[in-house]
Amino acid sequence: MTEIFGIPIQALMGQLTLGLVSGSFYAMLSLGLAVIFGMLNIINFTHGALYMLGAFLAWMGMDYLQIGYWPALLLSPLVVGVFGIVVERSMLQWLYKLDHLYGLLLTFGLALMLEGLFTNAYGVSGQPYSIPEEFMGAFNLGFMFLPKYRAWIIVASLLVCFATWFVIEKTRLGANLRAATENPKLTQAFGINVPLMVMLTYGFGCALAGFAGVLAAPAIQVSPLMGSNLIIVVFAVVVIGGMGSILGSILTGLGLGVIEGLTKVFYPEASATVVFIIMAIVLMIRPAGLFGKEK
Amino acid sequence: MQRKLLSIALAALLIPAANFAYAQAKPAAMKISGDTVKIGVLTDMSGVYSDLGGQGSVTAAQMAIDDYVAQYKPKFKVEMVYADHQNKADVGSNKAREWYDTQGVDMITDVLNSGVALAVAKVTQEKNRIMINTGAASTRLTNEDCSPNTVHYVYDTYALANGPGKAVTKAGGDTWFFLTADYAFGASLEKDTTDAVKANGGKVIGSVKHPLNASDFSSFLLQAQASKAKVVGLANAGGDTINSIKAANEFGLTKNQTIVGLLTTIIDIHALGLPTTQGMMFTEGYYWNLNDDTRAWSRKFFAKHKKMPSMLHAGTYSAVTTYLKAVQAAGTDEAGPVMKKLKELPINDSFAKNGKIRADGRMVHDMYLVQVKKPAESKEPWDYYNIKAVIPGDEAFQPMALSRCPLVKK
Repeated sequence: MTEIFGIPIQALMGQLTLGLVSGSFYAMLSLGLAVIFGMLNIINFTHGALYMLGAFLAWMGMDYLQIGYWPALLLSPLVVGVFGIVVERSMLQWLYKLDHLYGLLLTFGLALMLEGLFTNAYGVSGQPYSIPEEFMGAFNLGFMFLPKYRAWIIVASLLVCFATWFVIEKTRLGANLRAATENPKLTQAFGINVPLMVMLTYGFGCALAGFAGVLAAPAIQVSPLMGSNLIIVVFAVVVIGGMGSILGSILTGLGLGVIEGLTKVFYPEASATVVFIIMAIVLMIRPAGLFGKEK
Repeated sequence: MQRKLLSIALAALLIPAANFAYAQAKPAAMKISGDTVKIGVLTDMSGVYSDLGGQGSVTAAQMAIDDYVAQYKPKFKVEMVYADHQNKADVGSNKAREWYDTQGVDMITDVLNSGVALAVAKVTQEKNRIMINTGAASTRLTNEDCSPNTVHYVYDTYALANGPGKAVTKAGGDTWFFLTADYAFGASLEKDTTDAVKANGGKVIGSVKHPLNASDFSSFLLQAQASKAKVVGLANAGGDTINSIKAANEFGLTKNQTIVGLLTTIIDIHALGLPTTQGMMFTEGYYWNLNDDTRAWSRKFFAKHKKMPSMLHAGTYSAVTTYLKAVQAAGTDEAGPVMKKLKELPINDSFAKNGKIRADGRMVHDMYLVQVKKPAESKEPWDYYNIKAVIPGDEAFQPMALSRCPLVKK
């Protein structure tokens, strides 16, 4: 068997594929963060908690109301999005003009409260959410058995990421949005309702986190801590990609997932830190991030 | 002036003498600092291990205090404080120091997480108080890092490793691969299981270390799968074990390999459900559905906590009760005499039958090798285990002859 640095190439391919799966989550979550930061200038620390909320809503729908996976994939992000809109209207909108720190503290506090509430109600061991019937079983890729559900994660996240990028960069709606961030006063003068756009953007960013949560629910235990375990890495991804860069966060998310996957083969002990090492290096060479523009 | 000075000097000399005379005259009186015995529950209140100990341990300790006061009506007051150590050794040892220095805490219990436990053990010895550890797993607490002030009460990695290490290896699972949490506890559990596997003719063909609270276990499990080992040992705990088992099912490991959770508790089984966990074998220190005693106590606990007790919860109840009995017997809350009594008195309650605390601080009691029931076998909620074997205390725990504890004279 061919080997690379003492690792059979088959094992390496397997790890690369799995890296893409975790990269998919990084991409979706950092995309939401990037959209929110780009449009609202808010560092949304609730993102991890919203991801957890999305997963929990799916589980609650299944457990209390017998709502299946597919409706949950739509409904749960919707509820999370509405929750985001309520937060934006009632609290966040007063902070746009202030220092980043205020938005960060508010969203961080909200995240702690959400996680605390769920920990109190359900405990940290979490709830099981089973894989939908359609995705039982695995594909034989030759070098590994890839569970069908993991393959679906990659497909679904790529679709969502592409759609988001397309809407923001290639449509009229996206153009208005970008204009509203660039120069809110002038855009408003053209008759575009800027506060409405900002509100919807925040809601959409939150819904993305909720969507990622529902996608994750069958793959890992639905637990109140699932977001906080992930969110710090996702922030590092955003910093590496460049704050506010849409394409940057998608590509860096997938890329870092793969690098992390490789680290798990060559030196597993460092798998939790490798992303931060890369972040430090990137910040030294390109302080605005790989895809960011210096302001 | 001179006379005044003289009288002060005299008084200063006389006061200790008078105290001494008083103490001599009333030898039977209890010498409890501040007339209060204060127990501290130091645990993980919100992190990965908070279902294992956490609020449940606080509830169990309070139940033990209430039951003891109601039954024995002691002359001293008993109080409890609790705190969240956040699984951080520095937070834990600072809290312990504060409790000992300013709050008059006499005994600290639970202290799950081996990293925190080792740090708190040091502070406890320095301040000459007592830690009865019901939560941590590392055997270092009664070996290299043993202390005259530490009791290790419920389980340790040796006891966890020994049951499945022996049973599974003898049943044909003679090649092992480990998934190990990358800190003191994981290393200790892997080492002790390796010893048990080797002693029974098996061999270990590899292991992979994963960070605590890893968000995804699939790539580690893929490595375990590629190793072709017959048995995959999970040397981790709490949420990490849960997510490992879940991913092992998804990636089809369970078809060709046996998954052995080395620290799996009823809390994990409850979280995952029987369909995912059926057939798994591991060692437990307690099971609520063992006999009438355990059922009676566990149902009382369930009424307060809404969950059946883990071995940590039952152990904390037993530890607090045993400690209060030792204080009563010693007639003081001073660490030395209480520890002497702790090591003399046999322990008989819902948690342990003829339990005994050895010179190295190890509490020796029976352990249980359990197998998770099939969903159809389970008759009621929380009815999860078939008891495959009762491992007598002397076999379950590391024999004194192998002890690396300097306190043990050989």
